[in-house]
Amino acid sequence: MFELLGVSSHALMAQLVLGLVNGSFYAVLSLGLALIFGMLHIINFAHGAFYMLGGFATWLLMQWLGVNYWLALILAPLMVGAIGIALERTFISRLYSLNHLFGLLFTFGLALFIEGVMHEVFGGISKPYSVPAALQGALNLGFMFLPTYRGWVIVFSVVVCLITWFVVEKTKLGAYLRAATENPALVQQFGINVPLLITLTYGAGVGLAALSGVLAAPLYQVNPHMGVNLMITVFAVVVIGGMGSLGGAIITGFMLGIIEGLTKVFYPPASNLVIFVVMALVLVARPNGLFGK
Amino acid sequence: MNSYKNQKAIWAGIFLVALALPAFIYPVVLMNVLVFMLFACAFNLMLGFGGLLSFGHAAFFGSAAYVTGHAAKEWGLTFELAVACGVLVALALGWIFALIAVRSKGIYFAMITLALSQMIYYIALQAPFTGGEDGIQSIPRPPVFGVIDVSSNLALFYTILVIFVIAMLALVRISQSAFGQSLKAIRDNEDRAISLGYDVVKYKQMAFVISAGFSGIAGSLKVFVFSIATLTDVSWLLSGEVVLMALLGGLGIIWAPALGALIVVAMQYLLAPYGAWVTILQGLIFMSCVLLFREGILGMIRDLLNRRRAKPSTSPN
Repeated sequence: MFELLGVSSHALMAQLVLGLVNGSFYAVLSLGLALIFGMLHIINFAHGAFYMLGGFATWLLMQWLGVNYWLALILAPLMVGAIGIALERTFISRLYSLNHLFGLLFTFGLALFIEGVMHEVFGGISKPYSVPAALQGALNLGFMFLPTYRGWVIVFSVVVCLITWFVVEKTKLGAYLRAATENPALVQQFGINVPLLITLTYGAGVGLAALSGVLAAPLYQVNPHMGVNLMITVFAVVVIGGMGSLGGAIITGFMLGIIEGLTKVFYPPASNLVIFVVMALVLVARPNGLFGK
Repeated sequence: MNSYKNQKAIWAGIFLVALALPAFIYPVVLMNVLVFMLFACAFNLMLGFGGLLSFGHAAFFGSAAYVTGHAAKEWGLTFELAVACGVLVALALGWIFALIAVRSKGIYFAMITLALSQMIYYIALQAPFTGGEDGIQSIPRPPVFGVIDVSSNLALFYTILVIFVIAMLALVRISQSAFGQSLKAIRDNEDRAISLGYDVVKYKQMAFVISAGFSGIAGSLKVFVFSIATLTDVSWLLSGEVVLMALLGGLGIIWAPALGALIVVAMQYLLAPYGAWVTILQGLIFMSCVLLFREGILGMIRDLLNRRRAKPSTSPN
């Protein structure tokens, strides 16, 4: 195998694939944020908290009811999505007529509240969750052994992103959604229940965050603060991509995962920083992000 | 004009009470409150007057804290020089943040400042002189100008009180100046300000740098109060707390966040034994501020007073 700047191509490919795992989380989370932003015009600061709740729901379903991973993959997003819908109906819907910054502030408070409560109830210690039997072991890719579960995370996330993108861009429901984003008053006039669409969008966005949380449970363990730092990184991803476009959010998410992986190969200390540096550079060149209008 | 005189008398009274407070309350607690009052008001110059929600102000507070701590401990600088180093770094950082963020508006601005400050956090975690998870510890309290000894808590309290009063007067003066009023005009209607010929970007940048500088003063002073500079000083949680202080006190009055700071810090002391309850309660206060009283406590009081004052004058009609 050849070498590049003293790094073997084996190590390079391995970090690329691992970068894709991080990229999967960035993509699904920023997709949810972009979806919510498009309809509600708020940035959901509580996104990381819902991701954490998804992880906790998975762990609790196993602990209390013995529900396995595969069922949790469906149930946890539904449960957390329902919480999101209830919150949207009771509180968040009151904020639409205000400056959009209040939405950010409210969801920030919500995130503090949810994390505080979970910490109080379950403590700060991480809860281990084992990889489901079917996904244990590793795949031989020729240049590396990829743990099967990580491969599953990548494939499943890509599929989820594609389905979401397809629903919004290619179906009739998606057409209503896009129209309501452009001109809610007019769409309402055509007899479409826009407030319901908004509520469902929030539920779907929150559900996507919870789905990421389920995927994360066997990988990173479950604890009340698992979403915090990830969330801030995802904000940077969203800024880089520009908030307007779903496709942009997906591509940027995976791309930045890869860039982060590459940084780990060439200059490990900067791997935490690189996404923020990219953000600063992109903003200087394109203040609205790569895919923003 | 009577009310103006009254106001002056009230402030003088508060100052006298502050002078006597160390007799009743542990000076370190008082200094902690003063530092965060200054931080919150510095922050409000941007949000209340510029309409710019920075979610990364801990970066200025914290980096000033680290630099001041390093200057006092490793370089052996005197009090005022160490503070000056910290403030200079905060100013420079504010200038860089402003360059990157100031063209973006609203939510974008908030997210960009948050992300930039997270970058500072990771740098503080890894840089060789910041001490990683431990932070910089046992920072000395060098004498002011090399002569005034502030090693006792009481002496340090009065020193910080003097700096606090000067800084607050400066902030109030800035908010009332032509610059402060222009900033308000930009906040209320940016397009109009542009069409009137204001260089909007320059004004916002200026507000950012000034606000960062005053936050730096707060961060530098904090180092001498507790003798440590740690990661909590640059964390996103602190950035959120300062937003909460400002929102709780009231955004419309430059000094109102001081009240918010007092409440938030007092809450931290009172709830310290109850673990996560501080976070839970902060979250609840945040949500109720947004839903119920967006004017903040002092904003609400001012509205009530105005209404009472307005009544007699409208009744003849």
